[in-house]
Formats: sequence, structure tokens, C-alpha cells
Amino acid sequence: MDASGEMAARLLSGDRAALARVISWAENADARYPAVLSAIYPRVGHAWRIGITGPPGAGKSTLTNELVATLRKRDETVGILAIDPSSPFSGGALLGDRIRMEERTADTGVFIRSMASRKSHGGLARAASDACDVMDAFGFSSILMETVGVGQSEYDVVAAADTVLVVLCPGAGDGIQAMKAGILEVADVLVVNKSDLPDADRLMMDLEDAVRMRTVRQEEGGWVVPVVACSARDETGIDDVIAAVDAHRSWQEAADLAGTRRAKRVAQVRRVVGERLEEELWGRLGNTDRAEALLGNSVTPYDVAEDILTSVLGSARDAAQADEV
Amino acid sequence: MADRKIRVLVAKPGLDGHDRGAKTIAAVLRDNGMEVIYTGLHQTPEMIAETALQEDVDVVGLSILSGAHMTLFPRVKAALEERGMGHVLLTGGGIISKEDMASLADVGFVKLFGPGTRTDDIAEWIQTAMEARWKNEEVSG
Amino acid sequence: MSNIETEHVKNASVKAVDARATWEEAMRGAKLRDAEFTSISGAPRKPLYTPEDARVDYANDLGYPGQFPYTRGVHPTMYRGRLWTMRQFAGFGSAQQTNERFKFLLDHGTTGLSVAFDFPTLMGYDSDSPRSLGEVGQVGVAISSLADMEVLMDGIPMGDVSTSMTINGPAPILLAFYIACGEKQGVDPKLLRGTVQNDILKEYEAQHAWLVEAEPALRMITDVMEYCSEHVPQWNTISISGYHIREAGSTAAQELAFTLANGMEYVRRGVAAGMDVDEFAPRLSFFFDAHLDFFEEIAKFRAARRIWARKMRDEFGAKNPKSWMIRFHTQTAGVSLTAQQPENNIVRTAVEALAAVLGGTQSLHTNSMDETLALPTEKSVKIALRTQQILAEEIEVTHVADPLAGSYFVEAETNRLEEEAEAYFAEIDRRGGVVPSIHSGYIQREIHHSAVIYQRAVEKGTKKVVGVNQHVEDVDAAPEIEIHRIDPAVESEQRERLAALRAKRDDAVVRSELDAIRSACKDGGNLLERFVSAAHAYCTLGEIAEVLREEFGEFHEPSIF
Repeated sequence: MDASGEMAARLLSGDRAALARVISWAENADARYPAVLSAIYPRVGHAWRIGITGPPGAGKSTLTNELVATLRKRDETVGILAIDPSSPFSGGALLGDRIRMEERTADTGVFIRSMASRKSHGGLARAASDACDVMDAFGFSSILMETVGVGQSEYDVVAAADTVLVVLCPGAGDGIQAMKAGILEVADVLVVNKSDLPDADRLMMDLEDAVRMRTVRQEEGGWVVPVVACSARDETGIDDVIAAVDAHRSWQEAADLAGTRRAKRVAQVRRVVGERLEEELWGRLGNTDRAEALLGNSVTPYDVAEDILTSVLGSARDAAQADEV
Repeated sequence: MADRKIRVLVAKPGLDGHDRGAKTIAAVLRDNGMEVIYTGLHQTPEMIAETALQEDVDVVGLSILSGAHMTLFPRVKAALEERGMGHVLLTGGGIISKEDMASLADVGFVKLFGPGTRTDDIAEWIQTAMEARWKNEEVSG
Repeated sequence: MSNIETEHVKNASVKAVDARATWEEAMRGAKLRDAEFTSISGAPRKPLYTPEDARVDYANDLGYPGQFPYTRGVHPTMYRGRLWTMRQFAGFGSAQQTNERFKFLLDHGTTGLSVAFDFPTLMGYDSDSPRSLGEVGQVGVAISSLADMEVLMDGIPMGDVSTSMTINGPAPILLAFYIACGEKQGVDPKLLRGTVQNDILKEYEAQHAWLVEAEPALRMITDVMEYCSEHVPQWNTISISGYHIREAGSTAAQELAFTLANGMEYVRRGVAAGMDVDEFAPRLSFFFDAHLDFFEEIAKFRAARRIWARKMRDEFGAKNPKSWMIRFHTQTAGVSLTAQQPENNIVRTAVEALAAVLGGTQSLHTNSMDETLALPTEKSVKIALRTQQILAEEIEVTHVADPLAGSYFVEAETNRLEEEAEAYFAEIDRRGGVVPSIHSGYIQREIHHSAVIYQRAVEKGTKKVVGVNQHVEDVDAAPEIEIHRIDPAVESEQRERLAALRAKRDDAVVRSELDAIRSACKDGGNLLERFVSAAHAYCTLGEIAEVLREEFGEFHEPSIF
């Protein structure tokens, strides 16, 4: 058996060191990884993947820790992927999220892996998704993916999850600002952590109002995003968060889970392709220079855009236009 | 494997709470381009080895100022072996006498750093040791 | 004022302006050394301080020694009345070995005992717990029950000495052992004198030997305050400590700010528990670091007294002048000692100790030169004590109170540190107070950042350390100093002692005492009272601590990265 086959077999037999190593291969885009993925792919698809995101200081790690405790009480096994940013200066990273989950280290039903965002957003989303596939194949019943922030790159990471929790807390980034950043488009469940703090009620109301406004526009039978209060530090409201995740799961299973998952994967493909194209267009293909050279008094930005599109898409574009005619 | 980064576990075994050195070295290794997992305080050897396994680290660095290194360092090594993690590069620092350093070298802690060490020297030592290992892997693998 | 006089004043001020301009011109043109002119905390330093830099309203900002705001000292007589207490921290190995070291120190003129505990004791584990493996007796003495305390204090008249116990998470339990031990010696608790550190907030922030979550830990502290104000009235129930904050890497301003913020939090808790502020505030004591930056340190001590006096009188409404006074113990900076050329540490320690004395400390510990390498030997402990005796007896600095007052530089530094501390108080308030600032890791992060900045400065050479980045010698050429080692037999003997104790005590009584503690955790009864009772039944530290962990939950450190 070759290295990949042997590693896949070890992983499927429950060897945690093999699980850890395969995640490294995925993360490093190691040449041995694709063959492992092929070998384990039939076992992927059983775990429920929960994405957890929110602004810094919202208490995501503490909440993750409590969610794991609750899931363990009902005999679920849990894989956790904790993602932290890499330093833009050195490329290194300091991964400290495990500290909040220290009690889980000795639990053989739990596996925690820290991941640094490294350079490219597309690359992170792929590594994170691969790591989830690997943990899924290993046999965990739930997978929690935790990442800081509410921006595009975090969206890319958590969007692959089946249920996305957006965690907010009073004080850390006010409610209105967060809504502007489009968290409602990401969230399947909104969690207000630190619900014992003074402004928690206000944040709950703001979020509920925002959900209501969106619900009016959506079609019958759509998922209505619940707003759940909890205090991870005091271990209160955790059951409510889990109940909301369960409800979202049942709703998806009653609807078209396979279709939803497929749609998410297609969206993922589109994002990766889109990002790669961006990089290629303006980087290696030299279109920034081209645009600068072309722009002149009598040449509008639209003219330049047409020129670049024609040069890039070339014959494919001609053919499409011919079809239309 | 252009994407590969050195992954280091910085761990505090035992009960002492002096984490100034561990946290500083963690920050310095990050600034030297490594991915550093910090365990937090008061770790048992089993917790350290289990974390090293889950994180698939290349290096484990132990920081201790309680005087318990002769008991705890060999236990960390043993717990790593038990989990098939005998290959990781072991290092550490603290108030450790020359004789103790020598006997810990026999257990696998080939390099230990005493008080007053330049943090960049530690980063450089790890970097050099890992580059040599990876080169060997390429040659043999 | 006559015309002539006015003219004279005018001329003088014109002259002053000219003189300043001339000096500034000279500075601009001069070639200066290539150095970073900042304090050890990184605060910028001017080349010269003048009256403009030291704006001081004498009556309001300085006053007289023994008078509000106590900038110049808490006693009217200062060291003419009484010298500081020379209190050398000691503790290692077994209770018996430490008992012998105490007797050695008392014989050589030390005036107060100070107990260092080993890590298992500091974390609330018995010597025979699996968590204690390899650590028993290593950095302090192992005390697992009243039986060990009896050995520790054997032959030492507990009614006559003052004892300081450096312990925090399990502090109420160790204090209970001490009270019970006194009772067994026949000493009325009312006669016991000393201090228990009992400062849990700085444990979360810097030192990291904790037992339970913050809220129940704070409740135990108010339990201690309440119990002692009635039963052990001469005991200092808390020593609010900046030492460990500084040693963890903070700046002088952070040490000052976080320590006093913690102090104010304890006062709030005491008041919230229903005590009158003047009932407990006079028994609060403080503990600071004396670092290498001589003037910054002296200014820090002066600023501490002024800030605390103002807060206590104006914000907390304390009426008793004793509540306004900050009385503090000082220890020279362990982190300033170098492993390289260790004899140089004697000089560092002397300079630091002098800063503490000129800053008006009430008691002082001087570090031994070999502390970065191992436990101090008897010889190096003696040199450290002799250093204090030289300062006290030979160099004639003790005759004048607050001798550096009025120095433009020292007054400017004092003002700066007060301002920086105030800015931190405002930031901590904005974050909801000290406990939320600990839970979010804010305070720990501030300390960590300062530590990293200093480390980089040393490695870059912008902060100079002799033997480390200046005047470096070949390590192997350095003279070997004698190293004091702990015999591994201490651990096995402790295990045997505990096994014997567990075998001979009355289990039923032990169980009922532990149950009573459990109920007190739930119903709010005074825990120190229960611990004293449990101590007499020879319940162990670990057994009591385990009940507390179960009932209150352990503290978990936040990630600061």
C-alpha cells in the first residue's frame, strides 16, 4: 500500500495520529492528500457541521467549549476546528483558542485542531473544508468550526457549514454595525452571548427586529433565524442554542438537505474560482498595467473594461455572442 | 511543499504560573513565521502529549520554573512515545542546572535553554533543526 | 512692591529665559551618546527637569509626613521613629527544614518571618496528589495540614513574631491552619500578627496560582476580612500585590495602576458585603516591586500613597485617616537578577533596596544573588540581609523623611505615574471593572505586551544589561556558585506523613467538617470560621480545596492571543 492508502486506512480505523497528519497534509496542499481524500470520501457526509463566527471578544471559544460539553452529554463525538488569523508581517500565527477548551483535551470523544488562516482566503476556505471532510470521515457526529470576524473571508469559511451560528455580545461591536456587515445573510442562528450584561436586551431586540424585517420579504416556509440568548461563562442558555441548531437541522432535513449541501458546494466552487480569477487577472496577467496604459483623455473606464474582457475571454466571448444572435 | 509551516507547541507543565517566558517565546516564534499553539498553564504530561498529537506539531517546547523538570520532562517524552509522537523535536527552558540538562539530553531533550537566553537564538535553533529534518525527509522520502 | 523690586524680578525672569534658550541651543548643537533615553518602562525622559515640569501644590499634592495625601510618607517620624521591617522570604523542602531556616534568620536579626509555599500548596493540592508529582518542597515549603504547620512553627513564639504568608487561592485555608496552630500553642488569635497575601485578582492577572472562579474567590476574601476584624484583629487580611504584576513584565505605571485598581475592587466588595469601609480598610496592606529604574521607582511609591489617599477619602468616603494610608512591603526585583555573573546581583539589589527606602517602604525583602539559578544558599541569604542592614545603619539616609521631594524630576515622575494610573482606571471602568477586564484577558494582554517590548529592547541592545548584552563574559569562565538543591526524599517523606495522618485521624469528624464547608459554600456562612474548625480536625488542604472546586468551579484562564 502507498503512503496515502496506508494513511487513509489508519484514519478510517480510528487512529487519531493519522487524523491529525491528514489534516496537516490537507492544510499544506501536500501531494499525498488528494489520494487520501478519494479513499475516505465515501465516509464523508454523516457529521453535522456547525460554523461559529462573530466579532473578537464575543466569547466564541467559551461558547464552543460549552456546546461541546452539551453535545458530549448526549453521547455525540465532536471534532473542532479553531481558526485564527496569521500575522500579515511574519506569516506565523499564535493559536490560543485551545486554552478555553482545556478540559476537553483528555476526552477521547473530542478532537481539537487549531488552524492558521495563512495567506489566501480561498486557500483557507479550502483547507478548512478539507479538515472538516477528514474529521467527518473519521466519524465525529458533530463538527464545530470556529473563526473570528464577520467579514468575507470568515463567510467563506463558515458558509460550508450546515448551520452557521453568529455570536454577538453587548458592547463588542454594536448591533447595528454588525447588521450592516451582512451577518444576517450568513447566520442560521443568532446568538447573544453574555446575556447577563446590561445592554443584552437591547441587542436582542435590535436583532429580532432585523430578522422580522427580513422574514416579511422571504417566501413561505423559509427558515426564520432565531435569536437566542446565552451566557457561556455562566453555562446558561446553552441548551437553547443546541435546540436552535437541532431545529435548523430538522428543517433542512425536511426540506432538501442534499440539495442545500450541493448548492453550498457549488457556491464554494464559484467563490474559489472568482477569487482565483481576481488574483490572476490583476496579478499575473498584468491587467492593472494594461488598464493604466490604456486610460487616456478620450478612453473611458468602460472602454478599457471592454478591451480587457475581450482579451481575456477571447473566443469564448465571441461564441457566446454568436449564440445570442 | 511550499505551504508547510513549522508548528510548535509551547507548553507549561506542572503547577507553576510563571508564563512570562512561555508567552514571550510564543510571540517571538510567531514573529519568526512559525505557527504556535500555546497550551495555557498547569498542564499534565498527558494533556501536553495529547495536544501535540491533535495539532500534529513538529516541535514541543516546555517551559518550567518550578524545579520539577526532572520529573515532568521525561513524563512528557513518555506520553508522546505512547501516542506515536516520539518523532517531535523536543526543547525547553527554565531554571535547569547543567547536570540536569545533560541527563535530560539523554531522554531526548537535546537542547534546553537557561535564563537569559536570547529569544531569537531559540527561534533560530528551532528553524535550523527543522530545516535539517525536512531536508532529510526529502532525501529519504 | 516698589518699582525697583519689580524691575529686579523682571530682569531675573529675562535672565532665566535667556539661560534656558542658551541651554537649549547647547543641547541642540551637542553630540549625544547613542542611547535610548527612556525609563526602564519605556517612558520618555527629558534631559533636564525644571520647575515648569514639576507643578506641585505643596499642601494638596505633598503635605507633611503622616498627613494627607501621604505623598511624603505615612508616619510623621518616618525612619527616625522606626526602621522598616527586614522580612526575608523563606521556605523550601519540608516544614522542618523551613523551621530551621526561620530560626537561622531570627538569630541573624531578621524581624519578621515570611513563608514561601511550594506550588502544590499554592494551588490547593496535597503533597500526595498526582498533580504534585516532582513539585513538593521545590520552591517553598509543603504544608498540607495543621500537622505540617505545627512543625513549621515549632519553637517559634507565635504571639511575638509577625508572619507573612505568601499564598492566595487557598489563603483562607492556610490562615486557618495558622490560627489553629496558634491556638494549639496556647496563643489567643487576638495576639497573632502578620499578613496573608490573599490577593486573588493579581493571581488571575499575573501570578496564576488560583483555586476557584473570581466571584466565589472574592466572597472568601470578604469572609476573611469579616472573621479577622472580630477574631484576629491584628492580622493584615490582604496584601494587595503589584510585585507579581511587575515580575510578569508590566511597566511601573501598570504595576501601580493594576494594583490600586485591584485594591479599590476589594474595597468595593467589602462595602458591598455590608462592612463599613473604615472597619476593614486600615488592615489592607500593599506589596510592590522595587525595580532598577531608581527615580521611577521612588516616584511610584510616592504616587501610590497619594492616589490611594485621594481615592479612599474622596471616592469611598473613608473617614479614618488609617484608611487613607497605604502601608506597603517591598521586594527587590527578581526579574532584574541575571544568571550571568550572579555576584553583580548584589549591586542591583542594593540599588533597588535603596529606592524602596527612599520611597518610604514599611518592610523590605532583598533578593539573594543566586535566586535565578536555584534556591538561595545561607551565605547569599545573609548577604541580602546585610545589604538592608548597611542601608539602615551605615549610609545615613534614614534621618530625613522623603528626602527627594522637591526634586523637579522626582515630582514630575510622580505626577506622570499618577496620570498614567488614572488613565488605566478609566479604561478598566469602561470595560466594566476589574473582573470583566480579567475575564476578557485585557489586563493580562497589557502586561504581556510590555514584557515582549522589554525583551525585544534587551535583545536589540537598546536596554542594556551588564553580563547579558554588555560586558559579556564567556559563560564557562564564570565562577560556579554553590547551588542549593531540594532532596527528592522530601516528597516521599511528605507522602508518608500524610498517609500516617490520614490513618490516625477521626474520619467521621473529617467528613462532617467537609460537609459543613460544603453547606457554607451554598448558604453563605463564613468560610474561614469553618476552615479553622476543619483544621483542628486535621482535614487536609487538598480535601478542603476539592470541596471548594466542586462547589464553586475552577477558574479557567482566557486566551490572550
